[in-house]
Amino acid sequence: MKEAPRLTRGQLLVLLAPYLWIGAFLLAPLLLILKISLSQSVLARPPYRPLFELADGIAGLWSKAQTLTLDAYRTLFTDSLYLDAYISSLTIAAIATLVTLLVAYPFALAMARAPANWRPFLIGLAAAPFWTSFLIRVYAWIALLKDEGLINKALIALGMIDTPIEMFATRFAVIVGIVYSYLPFMLLPIYAALERQDPTLREASADLGASPFETFLRVTLPLSREGVIAGVLLVFIPAVGEFVIPDLLGGSDTLMIGRTLWNDFFANHDWPTASAAAVVLLALLIAPLVALERLRYDPKKDGS
Amino acid sequence: MNAGSAIDPAMDMKPLLSIRHICKNYGDTTALDDVSLTIARGEFFALLGPSGCGKTTLMRCIAGFETPDAGQLVLDGCDLAGMPPYRRPVNMMFQSYALFPHLNVYENVAFGLRRKGLAKDVIEARVSELLRLTQLIPYGARRINELSGGQRQRVALARALAPGPTLLLLDEPLGALDRKLREETQFHLKQIQRETGTSFMIVTHDQDEALALADRVAVMRAGRIEQIASPNDIYDRPASRFVAGFVGDTNFIDGVVHHQSAAHLVTDFGAITLSDCQLADGAGATLSIRPEDILARHEGAGIAGVVEDFVFRGDNTLLRVRVSDAMTLRVATWDSRFAVGERVVLQFPAETPALFAESA
Amino acid sequence: MSSSFRAFQGVILLAGFIFLYAPIVILAAMSFNASRLVSVWGGFSTQWYEALFDNEQLMQSAWISLLDATISSCLATILGLLAAVGLARFGAFRSRLLFFGAIHAPLVLPEVVLGLALLSCFVALGVGRGFTTLVIGHVTFTMCFTTVALLAAIRECDPTLEEAAMDLGAPPLNAFLLVALPQIAPALASAFLLAFTLALDDLVIASFATGPGATTLPMRIYSQVRLGVSPQINAISTLLLGMVAVAMGGGALLMRLAGRRRR
Repeated sequence: MKEAPRLTRGQLLVLLAPYLWIGAFLLAPLLLILKISLSQSVLARPPYRPLFELADGIAGLWSKAQTLTLDAYRTLFTDSLYLDAYISSLTIAAIATLVTLLVAYPFALAMARAPANWRPFLIGLAAAPFWTSFLIRVYAWIALLKDEGLINKALIALGMIDTPIEMFATRFAVIVGIVYSYLPFMLLPIYAALERQDPTLREASADLGASPFETFLRVTLPLSREGVIAGVLLVFIPAVGEFVIPDLLGGSDTLMIGRTLWNDFFANHDWPTASAAAVVLLALLIAPLVALERLRYDPKKDGS
Repeated sequence: MNAGSAIDPAMDMKPLLSIRHICKNYGDTTALDDVSLTIARGEFFALLGPSGCGKTTLMRCIAGFETPDAGQLVLDGCDLAGMPPYRRPVNMMFQSYALFPHLNVYENVAFGLRRKGLAKDVIEARVSELLRLTQLIPYGARRINELSGGQRQRVALARALAPGPTLLLLDEPLGALDRKLREETQFHLKQIQRETGTSFMIVTHDQDEALALADRVAVMRAGRIEQIASPNDIYDRPASRFVAGFVGDTNFIDGVVHHQSAAHLVTDFGAITLSDCQLADGAGATLSIRPEDILARHEGAGIAGVVEDFVFRGDNTLLRVRVSDAMTLRVATWDSRFAVGERVVLQFPAETPALFAESA
Repeated sequence: MSSSFRAFQGVILLAGFIFLYAPIVILAAMSFNASRLVSVWGGFSTQWYEALFDNEQLMQSAWISLLDATISSCLATILGLLAAVGLARFGAFRSRLLFFGAIHAPLVLPEVVLGLALLSCFVALGVGRGFTTLVIGHVTFTMCFTTVALLAAIRECDPTLEEAAMDLGAPPLNAFLLVALPQIAPALASAFLLAFTLALDDLVIASFATGPGATTLPMRIYSQVRLGVSPQINAISTLLLGMVAVAMGGGALLMRLAGRRRR
């Protein structure tokens, strides 16, 4: 490894603004959250006890440091509401990610194998909903999923059911919402991976005696691995912390951590617990990412 | 072969560019190791070497994109140290051409002139002159992606010449062209160099290109200069085994020097008379002999061998002649009446300038 | 390719696009329904649209959202461009890893966490929340997306082009402006649009970062939607969807024309 060079003055000038912005409005707030999660909950506004004050100096720092408390984290792991919310979030996100993958893969494959002059149009059409309001797309499902909604009406009219199926305000609705909202995130990387594949590889496989299904299993699928991994991460990570979908489509008993956190913050004003919940959520999401990055670490890539 | 000038142009004039003891390391790898050379005014100079030999690094040091760790670059009496690329009176024709895709041909050529803040009519006159020189007049309004490879090459040349550099650097200028176009372009390049009187320094890994174009050639290997000489001397009087092997096709014959009435190289298939030998009696040595310098005959005196294989090459035929169990020689002949398995005799030239002492 | 695969392909594509577009189309259709009920067609009507334009609160929020999205996406594009140039061109400088990680963090940061962090920060600093904090929140949130988009574009851009410009007498900044910028212009536009869309659409971060007097459109829609399906919300949703459709269609058309002219 070469020794990292210092930035020149001009380069520093370029990076100054983004550095300052990220430091002031991202890193500092995140550190603050960590700090709040270690403070005692006091029913004041702001509803946490200030931990460090610049005026206190070093001596004050130490005395204040002794007031650090893990109470908020203790609450997190003893209160079944939080534990359930974490488990439920991970489960729902995992199921929804799997379903999204199962929907997206054939869809991406069908697009990638379409005539070349059709592909830009198809992929544009598939990605277009991403540019429309997320909130509105989730909202659109309320009218479909309700007891008196269009799906139930249609099924009754077709004589397939007699009484409406309860879909709205269930886990099912949340999963449908996630699949629908995040489909483009899964679709695009898989499509990109499939489209990139050299078609002669499949011809070579067929030439060597593999059936179309075997070719898919042994050539196409393994070669699209990167796309699948990217898609799974792009869906799973935001799905775990999702707030809007469980709030609009889920029932009062559909627990997800994003929603619990929101309520703690806005309704209960319990900042330390909400902050601790956020810290744990971050750790939950970043740990697998770091592990994955280690697994396929490529020094030529970024971040090295 | 090129009939390059016998006088070294660098000798009788104050040099345009002096490269003095340039060193450049990237971490543990040495790109340039104490490189020194001079380029004369109006000279066509070639840096020849395999990829990774440091020739591109040297060129980038001259252009100002790399800073040498040690050494000095003096251009026209002016030390280039600390001078950024945009202030150096040196222009470069990039290997990829690096033409600006968002500008048309005219604007590409005018780019450097606009940076100088010249008047509009001056720019227009200069661009027209260069478009004429490079036979691009009808293409001024074209976009770069509408041009053929040869046209792009000429735009790159015109663009680099436009600001009137004292030295033009050309990085593999013909590398991206196909074979036929390459030869035509070689003539064109020489003609433009003569017409403009600009010093050209070309970097190439293609020996034919270097020999055909340049007045002088520097052969580089692993960051060092192996030989600087005219193309003729490089070919006929290579200074090292590496140069002999890299430039042109050759046979390397290992043996032991033996001084009798004349000097001989004793090999396992016979003795070869040496024209000029500074090596001591009994020293191990390697002789380089070009295939076309060995004469193959059906009978007569000489070293005996058996034709093992032959390849018809249009103007001549290349024979592979086995002279011993361990050795075959490549022999170029105009006589195509040889058959596989035929016994032949080989006659070696009287002049054997390419004799190298055995390296450790 | 076998005919059975072609059939499979057709069915999958049809089903996929129905799944993607049916909810949106149904929503748009319902906005013209005279009846308040989802499942009853009461005839064609534009009454909900008329009501919409009389709803001053909603109109004001729409204005705030537009203004916020415009300002924040401009800032995010500029900051993203600077960050991307640094990451793509300045080599492995010290603190690059930290910078790279921090720039990309909002990509994996749940919006709720980012919102919470920003709010705590504003409160701790004693900054009154309002339009400014809203914009700050959205710049922080969208900056990583613009950086990623522009980083990819700058990487595509051949650095020897800038070297050529410098060789021809352009100082580094000029070389970048004259040569690299025109090439990444499309990426710049799409980065801006991405940031704009994200900011316009965001509910979570806005809810944390904004204060009284700066309620955004998604916040208004959300508070209505929580109470159930509302025809007025259908109408404004349809308007928003229509705007996006027109913008995308226009964009595609322009690209086509530009592409044809280039050829």
